[in-house]
Amino acid sequence: MAELPLPVPSEDNQPFWDSLRAGELRIQRCARCGTLRHPPRPMCARCHAFEVEWAPMSGRGTVYSYIVTHQPIHPALVDRVPFATVLVELEEGPRITSNLVDVPPAEVAIGLGVQVVFEWASDEITLPLFRRAGAAPPGA
Amino acid sequence: MLRNAVAIAGVGETDYSANSGRSELVLALQAIDTALADAGVEPDAVDGLMRWSVDTSAEGEIAANLGMRNLAWFGEISQAGNVGAALVTAAAAAIHAGLANVVVVYRGVNGRSGRRYGRGDVTGRGGRGGGAFTEPFGVLTPQHGLAMQTRRRMHELGTTERQIGMVAVTERAHANRNPRATFYERALTIDDYLGSRYVVEPFRLFACCLETDGGGALVLTSTERARASGRPVAMIRAAAMSGFAGEREYIDTSAVALAPRLWAQAGVAPSDVDVVQIYDHFAPFVIFALEDYGFVERGDGGPFVESGGAMWDGGALPVNTSGGHLSEAYLQGMNQLIEGVRQARGESTAQVAGAQLSFVDTGVGTGAVILERG
Repeated sequence: MAELPLPVPSEDNQPFWDSLRAGELRIQRCARCGTLRHPPRPMCARCHAFEVEWAPMSGRGTVYSYIVTHQPIHPALVDRVPFATVLVELEEGPRITSNLVDVPPAEVAIGLGVQVVFEWASDEITLPLFRRAGAAPPGA
Repeated sequence: MLRNAVAIAGVGETDYSANSGRSELVLALQAIDTALADAGVEPDAVDGLMRWSVDTSAEGEIAANLGMRNLAWFGEISQAGNVGAALVTAAAAAIHAGLANVVVVYRGVNGRSGRRYGRGDVTGRGGRGGGAFTEPFGVLTPQHGLAMQTRRRMHELGTTERQIGMVAVTERAHANRNPRATFYERALTIDDYLGSRYVVEPFRLFACCLETDGGGALVLTSTERARASGRPVAMIRAAAMSGFAGEREYIDTSAVALAPRLWAQAGVAPSDVDVVQIYDHFAPFVIFALEDYGFVERGDGGPFVESGGAMWDGGALPVNTSGGHLSEAYLQGMNQLIEGVRQARGESTAQVAGAQLSFVDTGVGTGAVILERG
């Protein structure tokens, strides 16, 4: 079965994917001025420092926006439409594109509280997905 | 100052179809020949060529086919389809600086029978670069990312599906006057729109641009030289581009960054403009552009379009008078530049009577020009 493209890590964002593989959501933070940024970039746009930290996140956030794909333009979506994609605003501020594991597309709404879960995709890649906040984690 | 020193002296396009049966190079060359004839410029006077980075016909190929002996100015602009007016801006700057005399901006694309933008054939990154953070979750083409921005902007400003639908209805009415348009003979009502399927919520089918095979070209030269043809010319009163605005709010378009520079350069206000073309890859962005360029206040664009304000027939400010990307053709801003020139010359199939200032955006802020009849 066809799959959506998996992330191809680069030397500028490898630690993000490493943290997910270790079961944590960490977001890049400037080691000089403390500004969080996502997706990862080499340089802090505020102070131009290259030194970075990878700050652990609470994993809590809210749905900032969302779409529901109906036309399966990619073979991986043929059996999965309607397919919701969300933009989650993390409690700490950064926004991250993802999917919800336990919310039907018709129930996705701006403002919905969500919590990160980790989805194994390959030996190299674990994806940060989200579930409804307060719901029991899948399989629990 | 650039103001009105350079003009678009000629325009040309091929037929628009779903299967051109010829190469993208041939489409570009046919459009260029038509535009040169329209401008009354001899091919050997051309000394500049500019193209979209995504165009597959390199300037050397074009120059060889045209028989050019001296290519003094060439270049391309990246991003994707949204750089037509940015190219016009760069070409005009070169002419104004005396670095070239006649610059042709061209586009030839088999966007329906060849690589399709709607399937990510051109813009997909296979999970690399920024795509690592979007594509694994189903953001596979520009339509997905723009739908995401649209949903949030609807939430914040109250834009409705019916208002978005009226963009499509307005443009279709204009296409029904334009024999070149793909949807020339097909009407569209607001009920048709609201009954059409979703492609990606909140975009319904008729909120999405066409995919088109076709070619288009513009010939730029000094206004003085352009006037030698003896015909009305479209003078470039102002031209600007905006590549990136890092500090902007999520719902802002690039027009927020571009608009102040454009209006200051032009020395006119949005209320002085007679007719508008806007890059309508997706219908709601017509509303967002009207707001972010300052034609209406934020949040007022939807009601403006819903009440018929953008209609050629009776509207206060006709928008996308050829049918635009939704109903004429998706030539990635080229067809809107051509229509903007026709309005300034008094030659549109939905001509705004007495039009003096003709505004063209080709990327919701990536680039815009204000053309003046001259």
